[in-house]
Amino acid sequence: MPDLVLETHDLAIGYPGKRQRRVVAEGINLRLYGGELVCLLGPNGAGKSTLLRTLAGMQRPLAGRVTLSGIDPHRLPPRELARRLSVVLTERTEVGALSARAVVALGRYPHTDWTGRLTPLDEAAVERALAAVGAAPLASRFVGELSDGERQKVLIARALAQEPRLLLLDEPTAFLDLPRRVEIMSLLRRLARETGQSILLSTHDLDLALRGADRLWLLPPGGPLRAGVPEELVLEGAFQATFPSADVTFDAHSGHFKLHGPSCGHVDLAGEGLPALWTGRALEREGYVVNGRGGPPSAVRVEVCDRDGRPVWRVRRAEVCREYPTLSQAVGEVKAGSAQAAATPSTAF
Amino acid sequence: MRGEGWRNVALGGLILALVGAFLLNLALGSVRIPLSDVAAVLAGGEASKASWTYIILEFRLPKALTAMLAGAALAVSGLQMQTLFRNPLADPYILGVSAGASLGVALVVLSTGAATGFLASVGLLGDLSLILAAITGAAIVTGLVMIVARWLRQAMTLLILGLMMGYATGAVVSILIYFSVPEQIQAYITWTFGSFGGVTWRQLGILAPVIGAGLVVAVLLVKPLNALLLGEDYARSMGVPVGRVRFWIIASTALLAGAVTAFCGPIAFLGVAVPHLCRSLFHTSDHRLLVPATMLMGALIALLADLVAAVPGSRAILPLNAVTALLGAPVVVWIIVRRGNLRSAFAS
Repeated sequence: MPDLVLETHDLAIGYPGKRQRRVVAEGINLRLYGGELVCLLGPNGAGKSTLLRTLAGMQRPLAGRVTLSGIDPHRLPPRELARRLSVVLTERTEVGALSARAVVALGRYPHTDWTGRLTPLDEAAVERALAAVGAAPLASRFVGELSDGERQKVLIARALAQEPRLLLLDEPTAFLDLPRRVEIMSLLRRLARETGQSILLSTHDLDLALRGADRLWLLPPGGPLRAGVPEELVLEGAFQATFPSADVTFDAHSGHFKLHGPSCGHVDLAGEGLPALWTGRALEREGYVVNGRGGPPSAVRVEVCDRDGRPVWRVRRAEVCREYPTLSQAVGEVKAGSAQAAATPSTAF
Repeated sequence: MRGEGWRNVALGGLILALVGAFLLNLALGSVRIPLSDVAAVLAGGEASKASWTYIILEFRLPKALTAMLAGAALAVSGLQMQTLFRNPLADPYILGVSAGASLGVALVVLSTGAATGFLASVGLLGDLSLILAAITGAAIVTGLVMIVARWLRQAMTLLILGLMMGYATGAVVSILIYFSVPEQIQAYITWTFGSFGGVTWRQLGILAPVIGAGLVVAVLLVKPLNALLLGEDYARSMGVPVGRVRFWIIASTALLAGAVTAFCGPIAFLGVAVPHLCRSLFHTSDHRLLVPATMLMGALIALLADLVAAVPGSRAILPLNAVTALLGAPVVVWIIVRRGNLRSAFAS
């Protein structure tokens, strides 16, 4: 049985006001276990940051309670709380002329004496944290000179150096490009496995969360929060419920959200391999429903063929067949044909 | 990044320069006294002229000590305010803390009418009430600025608030002046020019322990000040009792700026410029180094400013604030030009 690190009971989060109390979400019951990587997903404004801040003890719950290894975080002295929980916040902070190592060393704050002097034990923890995120080569550089991805690694290392049971990260991948996002995510996953620390992060990165997280917490606007294994939540249709929108739907086959404009019609697609796959994606993006093998034939058929090791595209409409050397030209032809059909209604019906 | 070696050289250089400036302050002025005589008097002996002994012991020594204390105090309070408010232009003068202290002083001096000869003759009780009024005024303004800063998280707002605080103080002082006699007004105006001279040994006996206390608090705060470099949220998450730390920073700032203002007048530019000089000299934002370094640098700059103000070889004495402004204004301009963004420049 893994140990229970964090638990909430009927938690309500939001902002207390004298005149108007604003409840962001309520009825939240959660459990977080050791060694677990959990991603918190939800649309903007659903209260992901508010939930994280409440769990971190940075703001008080409106109702219900949070327990951190069985203790209310607000009852813990700040130093004791800091030894159990560390955070990586979403807003970019200017830290001034401090080296990466100095910033990571600040993570030892709850462990050091009044001068902040590092003992050999603290030094070792700092070096371990730097190495764990692969930031050891950055250690003596100024944080202000680092790229966004490097800086984020340093801030994660700082949180690690605090040696807490639980790490909370508020959108740690927000400012990063895709390779850096994947890197940070797999880094966090490895850390959770290796150190036995629990890691909770909020993100908008659905794809990465589906692939990387042990469990997901989905926070729809107003709550209640749904927790579960990613695949299970997909099967239960929880994503569409969490991100209600008129213009996008969650496609359970691909695990993505899809824009759905009005459908432009059906297109048959034939062909093999990557060129055929991406041809299908391009047509779907343009608003076509793509039929694979079988099924009733459509008016338009796109074939992806191989010619001397390079793909070519054939677009067949009625008796006419045209061949194109690039995907964009082929899609252009499909669109041109549809526009013509729409302009002359007599042939469309 | 500059290494340990540079740090030690720079610190050593600062200390040497400080000792040199201290001796020069004792030797130079309207009368030039040879260094050998200065050394003799400092060693407890007599200078070759009796008047020199008197000048050194009763005038130049308290003045030099006051300058060092005031310089260190203003620089350290500037450093603390820059970190606390995350604002590179924060210092007691700019944010109106000195203005608050001035108001306290003005209330005591102009309203009680106790000060016919102004500072020198108000007596121990007068000195104490003066410094208490100044510290109270400074603390009230710092607290106000703190509250507003938490509301409006914009660097510019804070500076404008300080400006307004200065105007408000000026207005109240004008009203007080209207009801005062010309001698008091003259004394008050002279005081606002700023001066390290005219502080008696008895006043130094009050000034030194108060500034000492403020500096000790600042030294005890180095660790949380470092954590605050990452912002209040991070600091709190690392176990910094932010509310308590904020209180102590305000207390320290009020003690330091209030005490200095009470006896030396509202002195501009030292508090804002010195922390930046130290950051670029040592190339770090680490308060464990910056707090002692700003003390040394503040004391040094104050001695140098005083030296210039005394115009060695002449009988003239320039207003201290004119000199600090001439030295400090270029530094402030340099801060603004180097970093267009005030928000990001507080710590570099």
